[in-house]
Amino acid sequence: MHAIFILWLREVKKYTRSRVQIVASLAQPMLYLLVLGFGLGPVFQQAGNGSYLQFVAPGVIGMTVLFTSVFSGIALLFDRQFGFLKETLVAPVPRIRIMIGRTLGGATAAMLQGTLILLVCMIFGFRPVSLTSLPLAFVFMALIAIVFSAFGTAIGSSLEDMQGFQLIMNFLVLPIFFLSGALYPLHNLPKVLAVVTRVDPLSYGVDGLRGVLTGRLMVFGTATDLLALSLIAVALLIFGAWRFSKIEI
Amino acid sequence: MIRVANLFKKFADFTAVNDVSFEVPKGEIFAFLGPNGAGKTTTIKMLTTLLPPTSGRLELNGLDPIREPNQVRQQFGIVFQDPSLDGDLTAAENLEVHGVLYNVPRKVRRERAEMLLKLFELWERKDTLVKKFSGGMKRRLEIARGFLHTPKILFLDEPTLGLDPQSRNQLWTHVKRLNETEQVTVFLTTHYMEEADRVAHRIAVIDHGKIVAIGTSQELRQRTNSESLEDAFLALTGTTIRDETANSGADQMRQFARMWRR
Repeated sequence: MHAIFILWLREVKKYTRSRVQIVASLAQPMLYLLVLGFGLGPVFQQAGNGSYLQFVAPGVIGMTVLFTSVFSGIALLFDRQFGFLKETLVAPVPRIRIMIGRTLGGATAAMLQGTLILLVCMIFGFRPVSLTSLPLAFVFMALIAIVFSAFGTAIGSSLEDMQGFQLIMNFLVLPIFFLSGALYPLHNLPKVLAVVTRVDPLSYGVDGLRGVLTGRLMVFGTATDLLALSLIAVALLIFGAWRFSKIEI
Repeated sequence: MIRVANLFKKFADFTAVNDVSFEVPKGEIFAFLGPNGAGKTTTIKMLTTLLPPTSGRLELNGLDPIREPNQVRQQFGIVFQDPSLDGDLTAAENLEVHGVLYNVPRKVRRERAEMLLKLFELWERKDTLVKKFSGGMKRRLEIARGFLHTPKILFLDEPTLGLDPQSRNQLWTHVKRLNETEQVTVFLTTHYMEEADRVAHRIAVIDHGKIVAIGTSQELRQRTNSESLEDAFLALTGTTIRDETANSGADQMRQFARMWRR
């Protein structure tokens, strides 16, 4: 337990110390929020879908959690290159605990970043439907964070160097974001797209966040979202732990 | 303390460690010398549970690194060839993480951290982020960290690489002192022959995965009719230059990390 805690604490400390990076990584979500939020707003309104800012804010929060947690997992590559990974791998601690500590730490950092974006969204006019909905929104954020930290750990354990990173970003992480319904409603989609969006774990996260925060009609429903995310989280934690156990220095 | 018998490590296209056997008694400082790519680091990796051997027997303090990796890991401290500190944590935090991972009780952890940081002249800088440390300070911190959990064995894989003579001298003085006061068995590799000559009780020379000679510095010199250990080493391993495969990923990664962290 101590080992898991100290590795968790390390991740959280590293996150809170990277002030410049925290501010820098606010830029992208704000672009989506402001440019799309105000740019597409009138069209969205005319189509009878209400405020686009209200619609897109949960999507942008989901995106932030996705990017931060995937990246925290992939930061494993830095630890591998700069050596700290070796220090943990020769320690008398089963690898599964090292993996869990790291993953939970990364997930916590992603949640902190997500919370920051939620506040930014509120500054720009986003209003959660009620304050009582917030705890459940944090549950959803936590689940998204765990799913994608484990996913990032699996990728970080499998890559040898940074060359594969762009590939993962462009062919895996960005599609996960664009196909999740973060930017557009998942209703009345072409058949293929409808199927693909249902395979995307983030779809359930965004649907859950949006339903809870804005009270909009949901695509899947809260219970389905929670169940789907929990199952995916368990599956990816097992997969990530397996990949992590295979690392050779 | 360390027992190795008929150790082999074969990779797809070559044999890195070829029938190596040796023993290191408790409290000895044992130097493992050899040209680049001779199999030194591979042997250390197998002894420290990072790499499974192809065949052969290994024993550290009576424990088997393959069957009891976690018990074995508790027995040794290691300073790797490349740095393995977390630059985003302070010196004290690096030691704290290490102490927790090695189950050192909080009180002992704090006391030993203070003692070691003072010994290695890092106490005033304990709250500085490690990325602001010089190469020599980082090395000292790594060795201090290796001693934190009072290991029975300390592995030092080219610990003085890239250090100035002052730092090297000071580092070996401390290692010798701790070897005497805490009875730690030290297993080291280095390319600086005069260091091995100065600190090691016994020396093994390895080349192409095989041990070609083993004994005290004097024995090796006598055997080869050499004036110095360096001449003995050259007599034993020849004068051809070995090319190690370059670690090309590292530079690229550093650049990437810099870009990312802006």
